[in-house]
Amino acid sequence: MSLRSPLGRVLGLGSAKEGVHHWWVQRLTSVALVPLAVWFLVSLLSLPALDHTTVIVWMAQSGTSLLLILFVLIATWHSQLGLRVVVEDYVHGGAKTVVLVLVTFAHALIAVAGVFAILKVAFGGSP
Amino acid sequence: MTERPLSPHWQVYKFKYTLTTSFLNRITGVVLSLGLIVLAYWLMAVASGGRAYTQALAVLSMLIFKLLYAALLVSFCYHLVAGIRHLIWDTGRYMERAQSKRSAAIVSVVSVLLMAVCLYFAFFAGAHAP
Repeated sequence: MSLRSPLGRVLGLGSAKEGVHHWWVQRLTSVALVPLAVWFLVSLLSLPALDHTTVIVWMAQSGTSLLLILFVLIATWHSQLGLRVVVEDYVHGGAKTVVLVLVTFAHALIAVAGVFAILKVAFGGSP
Repeated sequence: MTERPLSPHWQVYKFKYTLTTSFLNRITGVVLSLGLIVLAYWLMAVASGGRAYTQALAVLSMLIFKLLYAALLVSFCYHLVAGIRHLIWDTGRYMERAQSKRSAAIVSVVSVLLMAVCLYFAFFAGAHAP
């Protein structure tokens, strides 16, 4: 056990240089999501129907696949950053760590499942 | 490290427009996060072939999901407009009290109009929320 005070240990070390990282990525993803989310909603609502064939034809177009992958990745990233703050604000103690881990895992799963599904359709894997 | 003094909680503040808009942005964000689960499920269903998709669509057409789609649309419209307000704030503009009160009013009106348009196209204009 060190006899140095907690204050003494950190004085003079400078910042960790990542103070604004969370804030900045949250902004970056939100700027990207403005056009992407609007595109997704408008495209989805403009589909003539939501049967399998219509959806596959739409989703397999290169432009759609690309934008959909971007949308899924950036939306899950933004969501993860946002939910992290909510959990940090309202969940305390040991439960906080557990919930944060679960939230992060869930977002990773959603992102990977989404991208996998889009690529499978794009490469003609789901007739 | 337990029981240290806390800064004032949100409960002690008067429920005002600034607090309300900020809190709504949070709630709508959480709702939209739930939507991502449905999005991933839908995408996986599409990728799993025609028969699996038909089964998934039956699930996704249940009343509870239709209510969720309505909640998602409402949340999206609000989160989008309020989020743009936050981005403008981040540039350091319009942060005065009167200005933020005014932008809160603008956010309310614009997002409600947007909600009406989205809900109309999703549920009434010959459409197909599954």
